[in-house]
Amino acid sequence: MLIEGKENKWEIVCGLEIHCQIISKSKIFSGASTEFGADANQNVSLVDAGMPGMLPVLNRYCVHQAVKTGLGLRAQINNYSEFSRKNYFYADMPTGYQITQFEYPIVGEGVVTIDLEDGSTKDIRIERMHIEQDAGKSIHDIDPHKTFIDLNRAGVGLMEIVTKPDFGSPEEAGAFLKKLRSILRYLGTCDGNMDEGSMRCDVNVSVRPAGSGELRTRCEMKNVNSVKFVMQAIEVEARRHVEVYENGGTVEQETRRFDPVTGLTQSMRKKEFAHDYRYFPEPDLPPLVLTDAYIRQVADELPELPDAKKARFVEELGLTKYDATVICENKEVADFFEKAAAGHDAKKVANWLMGDFFAMLKRKNLTIEQSPVSAENLGRLVELIETNVISGKIAKDVFEMMSESGEAPEKIVEEKGLKQVTDTGAIEAIVDQVIAGNPDKVNAYKGGKTGLMGWFVGQVIKESRGKANPQVVNQLLAAKLA
Amino acid sequence: MSKLNTLTVHETLDGLNKKEFSAVELAEEYIKEAEAARRLNAYVLETPEAALSKAAESDQRYASGNPRPLEGIPLGIKDLFCTEGIRTTACSHILDGFIPPYESTVTARLFEAGASCLGKLNMDEFAMGGSNETSYYGPVVNPWKAEKNLVPGGSSGGSAAAVAANICAAATGTDTGGSIRQPAAFCGVSGIKPTYGRCSRYGIMAFASSLDQAGPIAKDVRDCALLLNVMAGYDAKDSTSVKMDVPDFTKVLGQSVKGLKVGVPAEYRPAGLNAEIAAYWDKGIEMLKNAGAEIVDISLPHTKYALAVYYIIAPAEASSNLARYDGLRYGLRVPGEHLDDMYVNTRTAGFGTEVKRRVMIGTYVLSAGYYDAYYLKAQKVRRLIRDDFMRAFERCDVILTPTAPSAAFAVGDKSMTDDPINMWLNDVFTVSVNLAGLPAMSLPIGLSGDGLPLGLQVIGRAFDEETVFKTAAVIEKEAKFERLK
Repeated sequence: MLIEGKENKWEIVCGLEIHCQIISKSKIFSGASTEFGADANQNVSLVDAGMPGMLPVLNRYCVHQAVKTGLGLRAQINNYSEFSRKNYFYADMPTGYQITQFEYPIVGEGVVTIDLEDGSTKDIRIERMHIEQDAGKSIHDIDPHKTFIDLNRAGVGLMEIVTKPDFGSPEEAGAFLKKLRSILRYLGTCDGNMDEGSMRCDVNVSVRPAGSGELRTRCEMKNVNSVKFVMQAIEVEARRHVEVYENGGTVEQETRRFDPVTGLTQSMRKKEFAHDYRYFPEPDLPPLVLTDAYIRQVADELPELPDAKKARFVEELGLTKYDATVICENKEVADFFEKAAAGHDAKKVANWLMGDFFAMLKRKNLTIEQSPVSAENLGRLVELIETNVISGKIAKDVFEMMSESGEAPEKIVEEKGLKQVTDTGAIEAIVDQVIAGNPDKVNAYKGGKTGLMGWFVGQVIKESRGKANPQVVNQLLAAKLA
Repeated sequence: MSKLNTLTVHETLDGLNKKEFSAVELAEEYIKEAEAARRLNAYVLETPEAALSKAAESDQRYASGNPRPLEGIPLGIKDLFCTEGIRTTACSHILDGFIPPYESTVTARLFEAGASCLGKLNMDEFAMGGSNETSYYGPVVNPWKAEKNLVPGGSSGGSAAAVAANICAAATGTDTGGSIRQPAAFCGVSGIKPTYGRCSRYGIMAFASSLDQAGPIAKDVRDCALLLNVMAGYDAKDSTSVKMDVPDFTKVLGQSVKGLKVGVPAEYRPAGLNAEIAAYWDKGIEMLKNAGAEIVDISLPHTKYALAVYYIIAPAEASSNLARYDGLRYGLRVPGEHLDDMYVNTRTAGFGTEVKRRVMIGTYVLSAGYYDAYYLKAQKVRRLIRDDFMRAFERCDVILTPTAPSAAFAVGDKSMTDDPINMWLNDVFTVSVNLAGLPAMSLPIGLSGDGLPLGLQVIGRAFDEETVFKTAAVIEKEAKFERLK
């Protein structure tokens, strides 16, 4: 994407830092629960509260989750990594330092392939990923003069994923976040809910004259909490930079805040007021050493990821790239689809899934796990159409009934007597009756108005109350009107 | 029979086992003596009720024939160890009234082995100091020549003084740069800093995490072994504690040092070393030689940098470790208009001068632009110091040095208070051992001309406390040092 300035065309240069809460039962350096939604300060251990003499102990499961994520990002897993302390005072940071990784992160360079609107793909390079602890929450709006602290989140494990400045447009950043969320959910390492804060995004933006290749001063916007806002923030910040440059100004390195209400960014902290975090190796934790055997073992547990699944659906099941992309974005949808498509026409199942089925979920405001129509039943419905037991039109009615009762399509078809009539004799009687009842139309048809064929078919199917097989009707009518 | 409180731990256990006296009688004796010796200011909190009820339980165990290894032994606990339900302040104003709802691993092990707690012992604030004068609760008086008002050393000054004054059977200490060994030397008692990782640091208020180790201060070498047997061991709650079997350290006591190679480092005998100390060091060497040990001249060439390295790394870690004392959750809070004001007010009022000095130094050496020149460089030199010892231990089994460059000095000594560097120089023989993570013990060798105790230091290979104990026991036997009784 290029921004048209007064004199120049400008390119956006953008990188993201994403904090992803690790899915684990307990916190990364203590045994306290990570359960969301508990009462304030209920999930707090002595370690989380920064009590004197307390020591962190690394949660092995969080390491496992991080390695899994690194592999999902097609990234280098480092055999040696270290924890460091990032020192700063804040009320929701009880120890006065955050245990994080600085010089030696657990995951090195990787790559994520994003899918763009025009069907093309682009590789976004991952710079690194490290693990660290989350801070608690400061609550300022309970009392006008007091701040309340909730430490439930303090010590929850985070993965911080840092990309290279590879995004040239807000759309690319949006596509990346969707893809990343999809990968994390497939892996089961982060639930990716930006609105609940389990995935939080810092956005770095700069601009440069198109084709110049230079890197200009960037500004960082912290904690932008939806894909839409990330995209808006990139665009509005990039346009601000262009305006500054074109008016002969310079962009100052600073931290800014994106305000979703005004859609603008505002300065939070200038560079000269930046914290000096005084990083140094965490003396309470030995270096983290991972053997190749351990990394291989985690790799063996990796599920099929969206890109691989998509390719398989296209190659083996004949889905279009678009359908496969939509279906594979969400693992639950892809799993549902595979179950439904097993033994049936996969393309038709995909059409039903993306059409009536999704529409039904949306209308009923349900997730796919809550669907009254099971994957097996959706597959069998398609099967009933394929084997001419019901027509496509009747199938829509059957589907509606399935989504009310949750019953199997065969049962509904049987009970409601919706089976398609393929018996030539029975249909022939109706055909004869229609021909006999409409001599003028017959004459018109024979006189060259062949377009009336559709009307005849409709009449016969209507007379059969929708059950006559349209193919048989067509054949009989064509023969009798010839 | 001598007074109960003058007995060593092993003598006491003997007496209790033989039912010569009860644990309650023993506790009462110590409680009475502690009250009588309050002028020393060794205890910052006495817990006589807890000690007595524990003693009654111990008597039952002796009666029913199932005493534990330290059954009925009344201990003093350095105020750096968090003790459940008992006020713990690190002798800092900033932890006013803090009562931990948890027990440190080391004290838990001691109490589970039958020991009781007579009270919390005075110390330098957050273990930062070498004279016990930085304590919020005031200095401790060395029981030797008590009329002269000498310091007991530090930071475990209360521990060493209480053991020397026989107002606890033994005590816990911690040692970051000499805080067990130097006060033990000043007070004529024994103390060992075990190998880094031998004892859990869980529940001990952190000063410098990569250097801190807990250890015992006791009346003799055997007592130290008995206590360390219980204190040491892997703890899943401290990731730097080491999964390694703990031998029975008393087994090596009395074993011969014949053929043992004892290293004597040239760098520990600088020009101007106190002549009496040099003479006692030579005497110690002679004792080991006479016992069949082989004396080896060794070199620890980076020794001269140890103090500088220590006073970068320890404050750096301390500046971070002490960040949690912010007035928010426990201890002292001095309100302010905004959060930052509260931090400044609380920490200004709560920390003493020496703690502030080290927090400032630590903050400085970790700052952007200075990190490489100070902290990173210090870490590199720390490795060289460790390598010195590794090389030396290829040629010898144990190293013998003086513990401190002087005997106890006066409380309020001008040369120390005017220039903190002079105070820091007290650590010159002890800090290298912490930087290298090695075990080292101080034991009394004799009295100075002024009648003050002097100590020798025995340094061992990592996790070879046994050789340290064995060597110390031989010197102890020869030195025939007379404790205060």
